[in-house]
Amino acid sequence: MPKIIIDDIEYDVPDGITLIQACELAGVEIPRFCFHERLSIAGNCRMCLVEVVGMPKPVASCAMSVNDLRPGLDGTPPTINTKSETTRRAQEGTLEFLLVNHPLDCPICDQGGECDLQDQAMAYGFDEGRFKDNKRAVEDKYLGPLIKTSMTRCIHCTRCVRFMTEVAGVQELGAIGRGEDMEITTYLERGLHSNLSANVVDLCPVGALTSKPYAFQARPWELTKTQSIDVMDAVGSSIRVDSRGKEVMRILPRINDAVNEEWLSDKARYIWDGLRTQRLDRPYMRKDGKLTPCNWDEAFAAIADRLKSSSGAKFGAIAGDLAAAEEMFALKMLAERLGSPNMDCRQAGAKFDPSLGRATYVFNTSIAGIEEADALLLVGCDPQIEAPVLNARIRKRWKQLEGHFPVGVIGADVDLTYPYVKLGAGPETLAEVASGKNGFAKTLKDAKKPMVVLGQAAFARPDGYEILALGARIVTERGAIDEGWNGFNVLHTAAARVAGLDLGFVPGEKGLDTGRMVKAAGTGELDVLYLLGADEIDVAALGDAFVIYQGSHGDKGAHRADVILPGAAFTEKEGTYVNTEGRAQMTARAIFPPGEAREDWTILRDLAKALGKPLDFETLRELRAKMYGAAPQLARLDTLEPADAGPIVKLASHAVAPEDSPFGLSIADYYLSNPIARASAIMASLSAMHADEEKATGTDG
Amino acid sequence: MSVRRLAAEQPEGFAFTPENLDWAQAVIKKYPEGRQASAVISLLWRAQEQNGGWVSEPALRYVADLLDMAYIRVYEIVTFYTMFNLQPVGRYYVQVCGTTPCMLNGAEDIKEACRKHIGPKDTVSEDGLFSWTEVECLGACVNAPMVQINKYYYEDLTPESLGSIIERLRKGEDVPPGPQDGRQGCAPKTGPNTLTDPAIYGSDESGPEPGYAGTSDPKSKMPGPY
Repeated sequence: MPKIIIDDIEYDVPDGITLIQACELAGVEIPRFCFHERLSIAGNCRMCLVEVVGMPKPVASCAMSVNDLRPGLDGTPPTINTKSETTRRAQEGTLEFLLVNHPLDCPICDQGGECDLQDQAMAYGFDEGRFKDNKRAVEDKYLGPLIKTSMTRCIHCTRCVRFMTEVAGVQELGAIGRGEDMEITTYLERGLHSNLSANVVDLCPVGALTSKPYAFQARPWELTKTQSIDVMDAVGSSIRVDSRGKEVMRILPRINDAVNEEWLSDKARYIWDGLRTQRLDRPYMRKDGKLTPCNWDEAFAAIADRLKSSSGAKFGAIAGDLAAAEEMFALKMLAERLGSPNMDCRQAGAKFDPSLGRATYVFNTSIAGIEEADALLLVGCDPQIEAPVLNARIRKRWKQLEGHFPVGVIGADVDLTYPYVKLGAGPETLAEVASGKNGFAKTLKDAKKPMVVLGQAAFARPDGYEILALGARIVTERGAIDEGWNGFNVLHTAAARVAGLDLGFVPGEKGLDTGRMVKAAGTGELDVLYLLGADEIDVAALGDAFVIYQGSHGDKGAHRADVILPGAAFTEKEGTYVNTEGRAQMTARAIFPPGEAREDWTILRDLAKALGKPLDFETLRELRAKMYGAAPQLARLDTLEPADAGPIVKLASHAVAPEDSPFGLSIADYYLSNPIARASAIMASLSAMHADEEKATGTDG
Repeated sequence: MSVRRLAAEQPEGFAFTPENLDWAQAVIKKYPEGRQASAVISLLWRAQEQNGGWVSEPALRYVADLLDMAYIRVYEIVTFYTMFNLQPVGRYYVQVCGTTPCMLNGAEDIKEACRKHIGPKDTVSEDGLFSWTEVECLGACVNAPMVQINKYYYEDLTPESLGSIIERLRKGEDVPPGPQDGRQGCAPKTGPNTLTDPAIYGSDESGPEPGYAGTSDPKSKMPGPY
């Protein structure tokens, strides 16, 4: 541990860190533009200059390691002065040069109020400019529908270039005309093709890259910030919901090293316009074949009326991809009260069985654990689409190992951001790896910490259970389960799924699963179907069944419904979600649901009362107490506890006879995979852009 | 320097001739496995030569594909190095040195002569034979002012001599490169002014040749080990 004196105080600092990080540890703030902890060091903004005693010139503290400094002549540790005249003048000078070509258009710049340059000019800059020359002007560039550019404001820190190249893994941004005429652009302005592209908006320290859909919508100081959790995929990224009045204005990532570091997928970031449109803001019931507005009592009465002439066995409940644990638990209680075993949270029909044990349906290695893995097998999943942030973590590991990270893929051709070996397309190859016939089996065996990731495309098929068992066999036989290491991973695509499985929201004894419920509804065996935000089923096949749709958006399910109960979206309620790792997290209410819409658990509570079968809770607290009794892991928010690996070993011995059809892709259109996304104009434009490009190039790129 | 962009009109495609492709493969082999991107400048230069003096967009992509590089990375390189022309140039590409020594010796007049005989800067003449541009120091200051036409230096120019060079080239004549005022190489213009004492050359009475401090065989005339 090198010793270092920062502003007259001696510190022991860890090996290999840079001066700027050492100062940070010492609680001394060094201004910076180009430096970013999660990106490579560029050292080109020169804002972090500090005086190092003995050095002839100020030193860029972001690029100098604490190990590279020499002690003083009398043996005193290296001394850094961050408040000295030399440092102050160096920083002032740098800032003055940065401002030479930077337009002073803060009043019309979207970055105003949250701009590093603005803040640092206040803290470290001169009070007036001395340059009288003309400023440089740069043409704006097209970077796709999400990123607005004002390139005259660019200070060439290259954070965006480094992010796209290193983290997003897409070499599309670059700096042309390096030198006085440097400009940031993509090749011939073709736009960015990454599901993480909009992170460059956060990284940009000035207003050169700003959010296009959010342009001129609000100022940061008008916004109410609510810390919450994203539900667009099963990663459960930490987000900050910025709202003004009754509208969500934007969504930003929060730093959470265990989950999303500080990145956020484009979909999670730009879903907010979908929260405003297509909303169900009052109850509806079908009168003479037409949905007409009604009040809550009428809606409940209609349901009670229909249920009177039915029986529990003819009632079914399906929970959608965005349902919180609370409402699924309440719906499960209601179904049980009605005497129905027909319930399912697996809309896509993936064959998970909570009774096997939690380890068989979660991402056991954990997302942070990817950084310890040394071999990876992806089965039937495309993390670049299903979980972009998690894919960035895999890429990070690949970079850490300097490319010596063998990745095998079984399934459809995918466009990951790191090289991989395609082993095969379907279960045959999986069986070969399991039996050791495939070469990759040896790679997994030789690895100290191998990982196997099974995606939804591998499970959502009739032989899903066999695939699960095959995966378990690979993991156990290739040594991926060990003391402190569990390499069996399931990558979910829906935020609601793991909580649903934790709560046992699956068919009870002789109960019907999603597919059979839809079929039974079509044939009339099922009288009443309760859709809790479930839109990804074939609603046209529901026959004459009485459909109750509870949810936030007027999507496919609501169009088919006989009664619509308007619920709250994830930004409008406090809901527990469990991410694919099995980490319970809670969203926070940023705004209120529109109109008469209510938080979903209260709807189920009051409906049960109207049916004369009240549930045994009155408040959210009581509901949670009951829920935590049933699934105690949901109470331990934000923590991750390893699931017992025993069930995986047991599952491995299951006789295996999978079909030989290849694995498909679990998400047909990434941008339109849930009701909120389908209501979003931004998502629609992204979807259209990608469809156009696919048509034009004939690839999936 | 100004903002450099790819030309508005681009040819359909680009591919190395078989000879150039062989050459390119040999160049790529010079670098270790996985470092083939190091060959990018050599390949771009050869592509520029083959393409008539400028790098077209298809050529850029061709080189990128050959080296397994992202297009933007090659784009960054061609926009940085001014030796890569992004706009078409004439059959004879005249680079006028405009840096201080040449400027003091009349580079402005040379540029004027270019405007007169070729046309505006950075535009190809109507017959497609010529284009000219101003460049930074070409390192022949002693023979200022000078221009580089394709691969050759034409030195000690006057507007008239440059005009005559251009006109002769236009007619298809061979014009020998080098100083255009009869001077030999970069010897002093006014004849030798140092080491002129014949005595220092020992028994050889002839002394240095007039107008040239050395001889065609310096070893025989120069004192001491060379």
